[in-house]
Amino acid sequence: MFAPGFMMNAWTTATIVAVVAGVVGYFVVLRGSAFPAHAIPKGAFAGAAGAALLGINTLIGLGVFSLLGALGIGAMSRRGRRDVVTALALVVMLALGAAFLSRTTEYEPEIYSLLFGEVLGVSTTEILPVAGLGVACVVAIALIYRPLMLSSIVPEVAEARGIRGYRIETGFLIVVALATTMTVPVVGALLIFSLMIGPPAAARSLTSRPLLAMVLSVVIALVTVWAAIALSYQYNWPVGFFVGILGALSYGAGRGWAAWRRARATRPGALTATFGH
Amino acid sequence: MHQVYTAIFEPGFFASAQVRVAVTIGAAVAVVCAVTGVFTVMRGQSFAGHALGDVAAAGGSGALLAGLNPLTGFVGLSVVGAAVMDLIGVQRVRSRDLATGVVLGAAIGLSALFLYLTSVTGATTGAVQQVLFGSIFTTNSSTIPAVAILGGIAVGALALVCRPLLLSTVSPDVAVARGVPVRLVSLLYMLALAVSVGLSSLATGAILSTALLIGPAAAALRLTKRVAWAMCIACLTGVLAVLLGVLLAYDSYYWGSGHNGLPVSFFIVSVVFVTYLASGLPALRADRRRQPAGPATAADHDKIAA
Repeated sequence: MFAPGFMMNAWTTATIVAVVAGVVGYFVVLRGSAFPAHAIPKGAFAGAAGAALLGINTLIGLGVFSLLGALGIGAMSRRGRRDVVTALALVVMLALGAAFLSRTTEYEPEIYSLLFGEVLGVSTTEILPVAGLGVACVVAIALIYRPLMLSSIVPEVAEARGIRGYRIETGFLIVVALATTMTVPVVGALLIFSLMIGPPAAARSLTSRPLLAMVLSVVIALVTVWAAIALSYQYNWPVGFFVGILGALSYGAGRGWAAWRRARATRPGALTATFGH
Repeated sequence: MHQVYTAIFEPGFFASAQVRVAVTIGAAVAVVCAVTGVFTVMRGQSFAGHALGDVAAAGGSGALLAGLNPLTGFVGLSVVGAAVMDLIGVQRVRSRDLATGVVLGAAIGLSALFLYLTSVTGATTGAVQQVLFGSIFTTNSSTIPAVAILGGIAVGALALVCRPLLLSTVSPDVAVARGVPVRLVSLLYMLALAVSVGLSSLATGAILSTALLIGPAAAALRLTKRVAWAMCIACLTGVLAVLLGVLLAYDSYYWGSGHNGLPVSFFIVSVVFVTYLASGLPALRADRRRQPAGPATAADHDKIAA
């Protein structure tokens, strides 16, 4: 299971992906950006189909489409409801993807692996770009940490301090797009979403302290991914299945823990302490 | 004149049984989605609307694997997903996003497994494409009655709770004060949404189910603040988008020399998206004339309530 070669590559890339998903996902959950976090990777899948059609590197297709998706959602949500424009941006990208697919002779396993990932098929040369993009994501989050945090928790105060909400939103979506570009070839367009939601949500129900929650979110994401790979190795079922189910289970466990603690605590402040704000 | 006519309607368009089935199912789905979609957009639950499509697709792939009727899988799992979302907090605005996301994440994991197992057993080819993208051109005409009946149930359920649903959508506090069973109404709405989305995912594929649910309704709600009007406009837009999309997809087969057409979902989504963008123009012009107003949603709600 830990033999050098493809398994080692799988462990390395999955670890990088889990760290990034844990950090970025914390803000996804905090900001209530689950829909864009689902739409950008899923729409970027169309970019991979387009890249296959043109015969260029998949990463370029993914990058272009996820960036266009992020900028499109950011720009359109100034003039419409955010969830509506996210849905429309997503279907437009998917429709383009369907058009690209109808033109290619791409066969089914490749579509499947783009959607659901192929972490066991990562080659050594793919690790470096993934690591580079991962570092870029974490650095970007660190750079906009304070305004991002402020605008996520108290948007009104952030606006009053001169932080433009839509600029932060667009910047954050670009980080999601970056994370997407690096993770889609590895864990697939659909599963990065499970990693960005389950672990951070569980972490948030365990603590309301931001940095601790972020660390916990990374830890839970790591455990999820490692367990998923081990289980997948053992039972020969897709990694994606275990990531999806474990992600949901960790959220359920977090909710259960919070409810248990609430039931035990009789202090009236306990409820607000559990949910933060 | 005849040349223009044949340029618009390529030979065999009206004679094709496939086209007739596609137009019938597409139009029926468009109407059901438009009615449900108006509530979905007003309640800000586009994410749930889209997620249920993916949940339904997971059910569809499970049914494919188990050899069940796909309709059972699509609508069944979608309804279960909606119930779970409602249970873990889709009715509260703050936790709604998360509840939807968690259910969606689990459903995606399930589709990964089902589709993998389907491809391993080799029972069906093209399962991934069929379940995830779908196409109204490949729909069997025998699904028409099921689409009509389930669509009727969804619309009927919404009509039944129309007034309390509208009140609890526009101002939940007033609804609670008036003794509206908000929780029950919300659950009923989620179930109606699940049935319509599951149905349209089966009939038209996951892409179109979201496009037809959100696009026409959102465009209509930007044009009028009256709910009944918005439903009429959304139905009309949705049906026209389906007709135009099917026509263009049929014609695209004759474009160029390659003789491989573009998918119908591509055209329908394009029409829907252009309609949505165009629906923003009146507000844009009005904004230019006076000073820019505050965030649209709050103002919209006040107007609907008035």
